[in-house]
Amino acid sequence: MTTTPKRAAIETWGLRKEYGATVAVADLTLRVGAGEVFGFLGPNGAGKTTSLKMLLGLVHPTAGEGSLLGRPLGTPAARKQVGFLPEHFRFPHWLTAREFLDLHGRLLDLTVPVRREQIKRLLDLVELAAAADRRLGTFSKGMMQRIGLAQALLGDPLLVFLDEPTSGLDPFGRRLVRQIINDLRDRGVTVFLNSHLLSEVEATCDRVGFIRDGEIVDVVPLHTLLAGHTEVELRLGRVDDALLAGLRRWGEPLRVDDHRVTLQVRGEDALPRVAAWLVAQQADLYAMTPRQYTLEDLFLRIVEKPEVGR
Amino acid sequence: MKVPLIAWLTFQEARRRRIVLAALLLGAAFLALYALGFHFIYREMTRHGANSPANPDVKFGLNFILMAGLYVVNFLVIVLAGLTSVDTISGEIASHTIQAVAAKPIRRWEIVAGKWVGFAGMIALYVLMMAGGVMAVPFLIAGYVAPGAAQGLAVMVWEGILMMSLSLVGGTVWSTLANGVFIFGMYGLAFVGGWIERIGSVMQNETAVNLGIASSLVMPSESLWQRAAYVMQPPLLRNVGMSPFSFGSFPSGAMIGYSVLYVATSVVLAVFLFGRRDL
Repeated sequence: MTTTPKRAAIETWGLRKEYGATVAVADLTLRVGAGEVFGFLGPNGAGKTTSLKMLLGLVHPTAGEGSLLGRPLGTPAARKQVGFLPEHFRFPHWLTAREFLDLHGRLLDLTVPVRREQIKRLLDLVELAAAADRRLGTFSKGMMQRIGLAQALLGDPLLVFLDEPTSGLDPFGRRLVRQIINDLRDRGVTVFLNSHLLSEVEATCDRVGFIRDGEIVDVVPLHTLLAGHTEVELRLGRVDDALLAGLRRWGEPLRVDDHRVTLQVRGEDALPRVAAWLVAQQADLYAMTPRQYTLEDLFLRIVEKPEVGR
Repeated sequence: MKVPLIAWLTFQEARRRRIVLAALLLGAAFLALYALGFHFIYREMTRHGANSPANPDVKFGLNFILMAGLYVVNFLVIVLAGLTSVDTISGEIASHTIQAVAAKPIRRWEIVAGKWVGFAGMIALYVLMMAGGVMAVPFLIAGYVAPGAAQGLAVMVWEGILMMSLSLVGGTVWSTLANGVFIFGMYGLAFVGGWIERIGSVMQNETAVNLGIASSLVMPSESLWQRAAYVMQPPLLRNVGMSPFSFGSFPSGAMIGYSVLYVATSVVLAVFLFGRRDL
């Protein structure tokens, strides 16, 4: 699913945010290609939301610079074709859903016929057409999140920021968000997704960036990340040092006992070769159980590793 | 240019929120009570037939009752201007409502300027309805129109706008509650300062007068009311007595000029502070 992006939708160099003595984001240097679905992951307080707000011009960086769709950060021009769903967001409770979307359409300088067409289409998309003329004050949390999504998609943006888009949503709502993200990808829209729900990220993202203590620790394509970390448990007649030494060429043994070796290999491609080698060594291979890491395993490994070592 | 859009939104919000409705309902109740009271007082004043609004005694009486009504309206305007604008920026920052708006292709100054225009329109409308209503009572019952009514109304509108401008500044730096304490504290300061100046002027105590003047420089709201009251009273009446609307000295045109500078500085400061603020 990954493309090699030519144009950058988001580019930042050394973005930094300090609040007094506290460093919220130490160094955000990032490039997200046009049309990419990018997942931004990190534990609470790692600087995800602050990073996103700096990209949107809501928070002024202490240092560094960047651009959205080729225009400098912090300028209205940079936000012209950008959609944003804020985290825990609330909207004026006294507006109806339709009025609210109309207001945001006007903020985007959309003409009356364009607003009318898009509002109808988006209300249908987020399944709120029946509640179009109800005041937002009467909306449930999930409905609020849906109308927020519709707001983020107004004006057919080329870049959409979603901060915890599934928070407050039931499974239907979460599926809807996944569908919307996939539709956006199909239309070539760049999506920047902040999410705690790693299964969401796993289901939708092309690449993921990990942030810890305000610093990006890793940015990797998701499919190579997941495929690149496969664990396989081998049940053998007997395990000796020569066998272990031979297995090391495919990866580091994680756990070893008399009859079992758990090996971390780089990709599933290694599995048939491991099996062939074992057979060639005349080792008794009783079972071979591969297990692919989930994003959650990797998240914990990448983001929490230093804490474990402390 | 999104100022008209934000102004429209601000006006709509003020219109739909209960606070303005409450102010209007209370205002209507006040006007009804005022009209009733005026009716009975006027009937008493003119019981002996010969007394007409042309009679100086009757004229002073009518003006006094009119000023009493406007004094109440003045207070309502201050409260409305303060309460509607006190959380418009701080509240939207706290509730994150502002994020979706500020992330749109809009400049921060347009948000502040739009809110200012919207509230200014709302305040002007409220003053015209309430003060206009109070002025209509003696006109309809006794055919009496105060001198300088148009200028007086304009100054009352301006006083509300000044209060609101100050509250926009506070809202960019403080929470809603702190801002409320700030603006009504400032109003209280001006109010007490105005009385100190008045008493000092009667007792010919220069220190007290200077204190009053200093307070009116810090917050010119009370001076504006004094100016409005001054222009709406007949020359003879405005220089006598110790009522809330007659003063030994009165604020000059320079005070109006100062208040214009005060409002302009407030708006510029609010724009600057909001522009720097992380949302």
